[in-house]
Amino acid sequence: MTEIGRRAVLAGLAAAALPRPAVAQGARGRVVVVGGGFGGATAARVLHRAGLAVTLVEPVETYYACPFSNEVIAGLRPMSAQALGYEGLRAAGVTLTRTSAEAIDGAARQVRLSDGTTLDYDRLILSPGIALRFDALPGYDEAAAEAMPHAWKAGAQTELLARQLAAMPEGGTVVLSVPGNPYRCPPGPYERASLIAYHLKTRKPRAKLIVLDAKDTFSKQRLFEQAWRALYPDHLEYVPLAAGGQVASVDAGAMSVATDFATHKADVACIIPPQRAAPIAAAAAVADRSGWCPIDPVTFESRLVPRIHVIGDAAIAGAMPKSAFAANAQGKVCADAVIDLLAGRAPAAPKLINTCYSLVAPGYGISVAGVYHPANGVLADIEGAGGTSPVDAPDTVRRQEAAYAEDWYRTITAAVFG
Amino acid sequence: MRLGLLLLVLAGPAAAASPPGASSCSGCHGAPGGAVPSLAGHSAEDIAASLAAFRTGARPATVMNRIAKGFSEPESRAIADWIARGGP
Repeated sequence: MTEIGRRAVLAGLAAAALPRPAVAQGARGRVVVVGGGFGGATAARVLHRAGLAVTLVEPVETYYACPFSNEVIAGLRPMSAQALGYEGLRAAGVTLTRTSAEAIDGAARQVRLSDGTTLDYDRLILSPGIALRFDALPGYDEAAAEAMPHAWKAGAQTELLARQLAAMPEGGTVVLSVPGNPYRCPPGPYERASLIAYHLKTRKPRAKLIVLDAKDTFSKQRLFEQAWRALYPDHLEYVPLAAGGQVASVDAGAMSVATDFATHKADVACIIPPQRAAPIAAAAAVADRSGWCPIDPVTFESRLVPRIHVIGDAAIAGAMPKSAFAANAQGKVCADAVIDLLAGRAPAAPKLINTCYSLVAPGYGISVAGVYHPANGVLADIEGAGGTSPVDAPDTVRRQEAAYAEDWYRTITAAVFG
Repeated sequence: MRLGLLLLVLAGPAAAASPPGASSCSGCHGAPGGAVPSLAGHSAEDIAASLAAFRTGARPATVMNRIAKGFSEPESRAIADWIARGGP
């Protein structure tokens, strides 16, 4: 049957009350979404628009976005630009509970909330984000993070690192520790290094940044290294794993960061520790021994617990990076799959796109993009597509990509939270 | 339940809400007036022709050339049709 023919038939079946009858007709059931970030808020919106009963569980009233938070750290952007509220979702009619999910019973299909109430579901979408592993790096626990911020969840930690950097004495040393894969926002640490170096170059020219990395290769590496050579030769020292860059321990009291080869005394230390899916994933038994959540690449349904879908940074999404763009794209695809499943239809194999911009300086943007599809049970890169900005691009392209980055943030935050 | 079964037959086994990849576009393409061009008001022919030109490299781009290569001509056409009909 043609699309128009099918739509006409469906319209004739008294589905007129639903906003998207062609999609939602036949789909019925309760959906709970846990986590109101870029993934969860997107999924909740799509499900609501399709006419399904959806409840979004999110304890905070203000969400602080990670994308562009490196600019806040470098003093280039106010924290208020990262603050997003849920008024837009409420105005759109999405039901929000301002509580957190404490436990999930996959057999009973029930979420227990911190206020003691429970929510039954037919399908559950988890978009819980990450937890910092405070057991993974000797000396780095939650108390140490107050002296040596990770700033890897935007909010108070972002402002703390920004304040420390602004208050650092002339000629000081900043140490930035980067974890091994996988972690939230693969190019993020290198954008942070770039913008901290920019801050030092322009405001504290005698100061220096040492980047200690637990790996030898990273996202957009040639582009970052090219920019560092050109812009920050006197301010940024990069130490890869092969040169002894892996941090073995930290001492927050002494403000020192130790590798197997050297101990660096820091005036400001940003320690980005290893990560895993947020605790509710383990509580729901959807995280595996890696700490992350294996999923079906068509529906994002957990490989471990049926009827629970996992999207965003917590999911093992194959070649897709842990990014806000990816979470948003997954939120839409997963919500559509849930609609199909609740209607008794088999979801079609999706394709997903990711584009991540990084700023190496104001007005100097670089990007990496990818297109993904399910292959051999995982989300795989489509060969021949995607890749990074050209290494030999002129300044006009760098300026254009910086402008696109800004515009992407405006568009995606309006679409998800507006 | 009978209605549900009827719809199941009518809708076929794989009635996706949007063609593969299409829902990702709004990650960057939003309302008119920004640096990233809006897709609103463009015809399916326009969008499909742009995607084809990005794919071959005939039309220069910063990122759309890399993304368009991930879609075949029929896939691009389906996305273009969906967006021109109003998208989500």
